Amino acid sequence: MSKLGRVSKTLSDNFDEDLLLQEPMSVWKRTFKRLWSRRSGKIGLLLIGFIFLIAFTAPIIAPYDPQEVLIGKEIVKLKKREGPCIHMLGCDSAKPQHLMGIDGNYRDQYSRIIYGSRISLSIGFSTVAFAVTGGVLLGALAAFFGGWIDNIIMRLMDVILGFPSLLLAIAIVAVLGPGIRNALLAIAIVTLPAYARLTRASVLTVKELDFVKASITLGASPTRLLLFRILPNSLTPVVVLATLGIATAILDAAGLSFLGLGAQPPMPEWGTMLGSERNQVFSAPHLVFFPGIAIMITVLSFNLFGDGLRDALDPRLND
Amino acid sequence: MSTHPIQLEVNNLTTCFRTSTGNVTAVDDISFSLKKGETLCIVGESGCGKSVSALSIMGLLPPSGYVKSGSANFHNDNLLSMSSSQLERLRGNRISMIFQDPGSSLNPVMRIGDQVSEIFKIHLHMSKKESERKTLEMLRQVEIPDPESRMLAYPHELSGGMAQRVMIAMALVCSPDILIADEPTTALDVTIQSQILNLMIQMQSKTETAILLITHDLGVVAEMANNVLVMYCGQIVEYGDVKTVFNSPVHPYTKALMQSIPIIGEKTKRLDAIPGRVPSLNLLPPGCRFEKRCSEKNTNITSDCQEKIPPIFNLNDNHGSRCWLEKED
Amino acid sequence: MTAYIIKRLLISIPVLFGILLVTFVLARLIPGDPCKAMLGEKATIEVCEKFDKRFGLDKPISTQFFLYSKRVIVGDFGNSIRFSRPVTQILVERFPVTIELALGGLVVAIIVGVFLGIVSALKHNTSVDVGTMVLANIGISMPVFWLGLMLAYLFGLLLKDTIFWLPPSGRLTAGLSSIPFFEVWGWDVVSGTAKSRVLEFFANHYIFNALITGNWEIFKDAIRHMILPVIALSTIPMAIIARMTRSSLLEVLGRDYIRTARAKGIKNTNVVTKHALRNAMLPVVTILGLQMGGLLSGAVLTETVFGLAGVGRMLVEAIYARDYPIIQTFTVMVAVAYMLINLIVDISYGFLDPRVRLE
Repeated sequence: MSKLGRVSKTLSDNFDEDLLLQEPMSVWKRTFKRLWSRRSGKIGLLLIGFIFLIAFTAPIIAPYDPQEVLIGKEIVKLKKREGPCIHMLGCDSAKPQHLMGIDGNYRDQYSRIIYGSRISLSIGFSTVAFAVTGGVLLGALAAFFGGWIDNIIMRLMDVILGFPSLLLAIAIVAVLGPGIRNALLAIAIVTLPAYARLTRASVLTVKELDFVKASITLGASPTRLLLFRILPNSLTPVVVLATLGIATAILDAAGLSFLGLGAQPPMPEWGTMLGSERNQVFSAPHLVFFPGIAIMITVLSFNLFGDGLRDALDPRLND
Repeated sequence: MSTHPIQLEVNNLTTCFRTSTGNVTAVDDISFSLKKGETLCIVGESGCGKSVSALSIMGLLPPSGYVKSGSANFHNDNLLSMSSSQLERLRGNRISMIFQDPGSSLNPVMRIGDQVSEIFKIHLHMSKKESERKTLEMLRQVEIPDPESRMLAYPHELSGGMAQRVMIAMALVCSPDILIADEPTTALDVTIQSQILNLMIQMQSKTETAILLITHDLGVVAEMANNVLVMYCGQIVEYGDVKTVFNSPVHPYTKALMQSIPIIGEKTKRLDAIPGRVPSLNLLPPGCRFEKRCSEKNTNITSDCQEKIPPIFNLNDNHGSRCWLEKED
Repeated sequence: MTAYIIKRLLISIPVLFGILLVTFVLARLIPGDPCKAMLGEKATIEVCEKFDKRFGLDKPISTQFFLYSKRVIVGDFGNSIRFSRPVTQILVERFPVTIELALGGLVVAIIVGVFLGIVSALKHNTSVDVGTMVLANIGISMPVFWLGLMLAYLFGLLLKDTIFWLPPSGRLTAGLSSIPFFEVWGWDVVSGTAKSRVLEFFANHYIFNALITGNWEIFKDAIRHMILPVIALSTIPMAIIARMTRSSLLEVLGRDYIRTARAKGIKNTNVVTKHALRNAMLPVVTILGLQMGGLLSGAVLTETVFGLAGVGRMLVEAIYARDYPIIQTFTVMVAVAYMLINLIVDISYGFLDPRVRLE
C-alpha cells in the first residue's frame, strides 16, 4: 500500500495530495514539531493548557463557592455589586478580598469566573464533537454514495446555511426552549454543514486520486480503502476547522446566554453573567468586564492554536 | 538601438538564498558576455542555477534570494547596483524576459490586448488608441490568428503556444537589446516548440536582439545557440561556441551529456545515463563538484580534484573548461 | 452573463418558497400558545377560542399556510398579535435601523479591513505586520456584546465631559426627531397605502433622510449615535477581512504573472494596485456573503446592547411572545435579504473573475 503511495507521490503534482498520501502517524508527529516551532501555535496551546488547568483545579483555587450568597456571612457588610477589592493593590486588609468584585446576587465573581471555565470548555468540546460526528458522517456518505443521497444531504445542508447562523440558532432554541442543552444542540446543528461540506469535498478528491483507482484495480476492497486510507487522510482539514469551531461555539453560546436563551442563571456561564448585568454596566463595569475578558482569552487561545495547526499542516510551507 | 558589440557583461556573479538551514549558494562566480545579435544558451539540469542567474540579472529574485557579489554590466551600467526606478525603466524596454509556463505567466483577469498595450503606454508613452493599434500589429507579427478578437480574450482562453506567442510579443514591443528566455518551450508540445523557436529566430533577425536562452534541452541548444555555457551545481563548467562544445566537448560532464543523447539510426541496448547524483547545495564537496561522478578520474591523478575547486582554464579564444585535467604543467 | 443572472434568479423562487414554508413551520413549532402568552396563563377556554378565531388560528394548519401564502404574494403579512398593527408597518419602522447598522458595519469592515490587510502584506514580517495580525486575532475573539458594552462605558461614561463623548444608546438624542423627507418636501401622501409604506421605509433611514433634506443637525446626531454600534459590530468582520486580504495578497504576489508584470518594467506600486489587487480580492469577495450573515446575527446582539429598535431585537421579543406573524415575516425578510446578498456576491464574482463567466 505504501509503496504505491510513494509512486503516486512522485507522479501527482497536486501538493494537497502529497499530504493525503502519507502515513497518518508520521504526519501527526511532524505536525506537532512544526506546531511547536511557530509562535501562534505555541501560545495558543499554552493558553489552552492554562485554561484547562484552571478548570480542573477550580475547587482548589476558587476562594468561594460559586453559588454561595454572601449576605451576612462576611465580617464587613458588603454592598451589592461592589467593585474588586485586591489587597495587593491597596484595598483595606480589613475588607475581605474579592479579586473581581461581588455580583448582583452577593456572590464572589472571581470564583464564578473560575468555575465558568469548566462550562465554556465543555460547551466548546461537546458542541464540536456533535457537529463533527454528524457532519463527517453525512459528508462521507454523500461523497461515497453520490446520486440522490448526495443531493438530499447537500440540499439539507444548504437550507441550514441559508440562514445567518446565530439567528437560526435563536430560532431553534425558541422552538426547543431556553436552556444550555438546547443551546448546545442549536449551535451544533447550525455549524454541522461546514464539516459535512468539507468532508464531502475531501472524500471526493481522494476518491478520484490515481492511487485509489490503482489500488482497486489491484484488488483492494473499497470499504477498507474508505476507512483506513481515505478518511484518516482527509480528516486533517476537519481537525483544523474543529479547533476553530470550538472558538466559534464558545462565542455563540455566550451570545445565546447573553440574550437569555442559553445557560440560565444561576449557572456561572460567562455569557449569562454578562447578560444579567448588562443594564448595570455604568455602575458596575467589573461585572461586564471580567466575564468578557474570560471569554475573549479562551476564544483567542483556540483561535491561535487553530491557526498554528493550520499552518503546521500546510504542506506548502517549507521549514 | 545600440551600437555596442557587447550588450551584457556578467562578472563573478554569486547569488545566495536564505533558508532555515543557513545560506545556500545557488550561483557561484559565473562570468560571461553577450554580444549584439548573438544567441547564448545556458544549459544544465534542473537546479544548476541557470534560472537564478537570469533572475539575478533582472533583479527579479524572490525575497529570500540576494546577490552576494559580482556585477552585470549593461552598456557600462551595473544592473545590480541600480535603483528600482532605474531598473523599472530598463525592464520590458531594453531588457525583456519571458518565462517557462505561459499559462501562469499571464494575468488571468486582464485581457490579452491590455497586457500588451500597457507596455506601449509605459515605455513608449503612447495614447490608448495608438497603443491598441500597435498591439494589433505586434500580435500579427507573432503570427497570432485573428488578432482583433484575440485581443479581447483572457489568458485561460488561449492554448499554451498562443500564450507564449503573446509573451514574446510583450517582450519585443520595445525592440529590446537583450531578450532573456527562461525555458520558453519546456511547457509546450514538441510541434509547437519548433514554431516558437522559429518565431524567436525570425524576430531576432529583424531587431538584432541578443538572446540569452536558458534550457535543459540539448536539442534546443543545437538549434538556437551561437555560444553555449554549460552549468553544473551553480558553476560554469564549460563554455564555447556551439559546434565546438557539441562536437569536441572537453569537460567530463559535457562529454557525458553529449554521450547520453541517443542518435537516430544507431542501435543501442541501453541509454547512457550519468551514474550518481548531483550533490545537494547544502553539502557541497570542497573540491570539484563533479568529481564523484567523473569517469575520467581513474585514468588521471586527481588529488586536486577532491581538494580544490578547479578554475576555468581557457583552452583558446572561445573555449574553456573548469577541470583540473586541463591544467598544463 | 445575463443568462447566468436569470438562471440564478429563477432558482431563487423555489428557495423563497422553501424559506416561507420552513419559517411557517418553525414558528408553529414553538411550544406554547399565543393566546396564553398574550393574555396570561389564566385565560379561559372561551376567551381563547375567541382569540384564536380572531387571528385565524382555529383553522387547520394547511389552510393557514395556504391563506398566508396567498396574502404574502399580495404583500399582506397580517397583523401582529402583540401590537395589533400591520406587520408591514412594524417592518417599515424597524428594518431601516438594522439596515443602517449592518450596512455601516459592512462598509467600515471592508474599508478598514482591506486597507489593513494590504498594509500588512506589503510590510510582510515587519512589526507592522505582526502587530496588525495580533490585533486581528484579538478582534475575532471578542464577543460583540462585550465590546459594545465596554465601548458604551468608555465613551458614554468615562469620557462623559470631554469632546470624545458618544451617546451609548438610541438613534437620536431625546427631544430630536427625524422629519420624513416627503413631509419636508410637502408631498401629499395617504398613510396606510403601499406607496406610503415604501416612502416611510426610506424615510426611516435617518442618516439618508437627513442627508437628502439637508438637515445637518439630525444628520450629525444620527451618525454620532451610530458610531459605537457600528464599531462594535464591524470588529469581527473587519478582522476576518484583514486576515483574508493579507494572506490572499501575499499569495498573489508570489505568482508567476506578477513576476511577468515586474519583468515588463511596471512600477511596483502599479504592480500591486493594477495587477495583484484585483486577483487578491477574489477570495475576499467570496467570504463577503458569509460576513453579511455574521453582521445580521451580530446586529441582534448590538441592538440589544445599544437599545436600538431594530429587526433583531424585535425578533427575539416576538419569540418570547409567540407573536407568529412577526416571527414569520421577520425571519423570512432576513432570510430573503441574506439570499439576495449572496446572489449579488455571486454575480459580482462573475464580473471580477472572467474564468467563472463561462458557466
